[in-house]
Amino acid sequence: MEAKTYVEDIDRSLYDFRNEDTDAYRLKEGLTEEIVLKISKEKNDPDWMRELRLKSLDIYNNMKVPDWGPSLDGLDIDHIATYVRKNAKLADNWDDVPAEVKDTFEKLGIPEAERKSLAGVGAQYDSELVYHNVREDVARSGVVYSDIESALRGEYADLIREKFMHLIPPEDHKFAALHGAVWSGGSFVYVPKDTVVSIPLQSYFRLNAKGAGQFEHTLIIVEDGAQLHFIEGCSAPKYNVANLHAGCVELYVGKGAGLRYSTIENWSKNMYNLNSKRALVEEGGRIEWVSGSFGSHISYLYPMSILKGDNSKMEFTGISFANNEQNLDTGAKVVHIGRNTSSYMNTKSISKGGGACTFRSSVIINKSAEGSRASVSCESLMLDSKSRSDTIPAMDIRTPHADIGHEAQIGKISDDAVFYLMSRGMSEEDARALIVSGFADNVSKELPLEYAIEMNNLIRLEMKGSIG
Amino acid sequence: MSEKFVEIKNLHVRVEDKEILHGIDLSIGRGETHVLMGPNGTGKSTLGYALIGSPKYEVTQGSIELDGRDITGEAVNERAKAGMFLSFQNPIEVPGVTLSSFIRSAIEQRTGKRIKLWEFKKKLKEVMELLKMDEEYAERDLNVGFSGGEKKKAEILQLLMLEPSFAILDETDSGLDVDAVRTVSAGINEYRKRCNGALLIITHSSRILESLRVDRTHVMIEGRIVRTGGASLVDEINREGYEQDTSLAGEVAP
Repeated sequence: MEAKTYVEDIDRSLYDFRNEDTDAYRLKEGLTEEIVLKISKEKNDPDWMRELRLKSLDIYNNMKVPDWGPSLDGLDIDHIATYVRKNAKLADNWDDVPAEVKDTFEKLGIPEAERKSLAGVGAQYDSELVYHNVREDVARSGVVYSDIESALRGEYADLIREKFMHLIPPEDHKFAALHGAVWSGGSFVYVPKDTVVSIPLQSYFRLNAKGAGQFEHTLIIVEDGAQLHFIEGCSAPKYNVANLHAGCVELYVGKGAGLRYSTIENWSKNMYNLNSKRALVEEGGRIEWVSGSFGSHISYLYPMSILKGDNSKMEFTGISFANNEQNLDTGAKVVHIGRNTSSYMNTKSISKGGGACTFRSSVIINKSAEGSRASVSCESLMLDSKSRSDTIPAMDIRTPHADIGHEAQIGKISDDAVFYLMSRGMSEEDARALIVSGFADNVSKELPLEYAIEMNNLIRLEMKGSIG
Repeated sequence: MSEKFVEIKNLHVRVEDKEILHGIDLSIGRGETHVLMGPNGTGKSTLGYALIGSPKYEVTQGSIELDGRDITGEAVNERAKAGMFLSFQNPIEVPGVTLSSFIRSAIEQRTGKRIKLWEFKKKLKEVMELLKMDEEYAERDLNVGFSGGEKKKAEILQLLMLEPSFAILDETDSGLDVDAVRTVSAGINEYRKRCNGALLIITHSSRILESLRVDRTHVMIEGRIVRTGGASLVDEINREGYEQDTSLAGEVAP
């Protein structure tokens, strides 16, 4: 039986290949004013951005590491290279992307997905984007989808200055400050008024360099009455030293606009994923988050929605899967400000092999948010007795005129269900995998088909050798 | 060989520390329908679970053979692949797995072959019509929110789709209204016609047997088969109950 419970050697080759760091420009490890200024110079920042970086560095140096979540002791910023750039220019044609980088994204299926089902793709390799392209018809409708750096010199430069790190200021927490100091890469999306982008845009973030950090910034503005589905994916090969991801996602959803933001995160198990995501929703607007967290050693991830306008809505659907060596602290936050706003959180977590999942939710209903509704539902599945699952809900309701619901369930795979499925001829492993996929089903249903398949494959991958 | 397609010899079964079955002998030929009757709590369902191989039921003595193969020590899924099927008294709910996708993957796992989607759908539709099941149940999560009757029909649907060579139906008629019993009986008849399988029907009422041809009837009392007879035994028990059998059991009890 022992051999079967041994899960460390599961085949992650789909994500775990790595390229040598040749032909790359890499800043030395650590975080100093000198390094921050080098990044700023490298990127030819406008003055205000350089100042923001320096201010953020100062805030970073004066802030404490959070002490309320999973331990960050294994993360030492002095050993993290904050900037690694492949010697390549940003291309809008895959043929112009260096062969090994192109090969990486081919293996991850990005160009194929672009041909089949996406309106635009951005691909980041370490600190910089190597590929960015948007379909002509979409570009013609006025949609902008580009890297942040060129957007800073483009038509919407002033808008970016107004919005950049406005929802997530560097004072927010230590790793937001770090992001402000060394951010690089990411995507800028602008969807003009009443424009409906009917097929999704996707950014893929690949961190290849050992001991490096990725700090991409995603800024999306969906104007009044417009609609967008944005997908981000991330992965990295595994190293025996810590890697760090501290991205920032800022989403502005206009009046009556709709934005769906889907993430499939599959970082390697040496990754510290300390990501911040926030959306501001105007009157009658709607933000939908779909979030799949499968990778990383430690995650702190709580996308936040600010329902500012009356009748604005948020829906959060999330799943976390923690295996051995993983401690995934995830959840969502919502602040109701407008009247008749509504939020709905539905999350699932699975832990096995000694992995730990914590679900944190925070619902704040301001005095102004009369007639608002909030519902939080969290289900956890523990696949063995050495794994952990915790639920930490917080609710701060300041008006009597609100409707609030909360539901949490922690359980195990029922032996009766496994027996029932096996009595029809299934192996124990398949029966368990089927039950776990079924448990995750209402999340995978929310994903575009190929991602749903990827998620099920990930579950199968994680479930391999789970019989003990 | 048809005589002894299923051969159960001196089967002793323990649940936790208590012996429930004290030496069951039973053989069922191919195409035969046997009925196992007896009062509640007498060990009928235990026999069903022990035959299919539930890990909660420990066989301490005796053997189970299927088509000449000793399967006493085999895991439940191996027994299923060998052709066994148990219709559960309380089918389990499995959220997120549709009835149709479950049956399809069960067929594929049993046979080890891919099944063509349109062939599968056609057969599923036809069997669901026979069982008067609303088509939408195929895309609903397995047993989740099904009424008692729909759960039992879903079991018979699996029986007809999986086509086992030995089926045990554990109180498939309990909790069903008259119409549903009739429909389920029709499903069982259809199984006999198509598969010529060995059938063991566990029941403590006789409603489900009215339209079925019964070959043998066994009466179980306190973990022993105390009487075996033909189809007429069902009617006799209906009239007289188990009084005669309980006194018999008293005589053979240790």
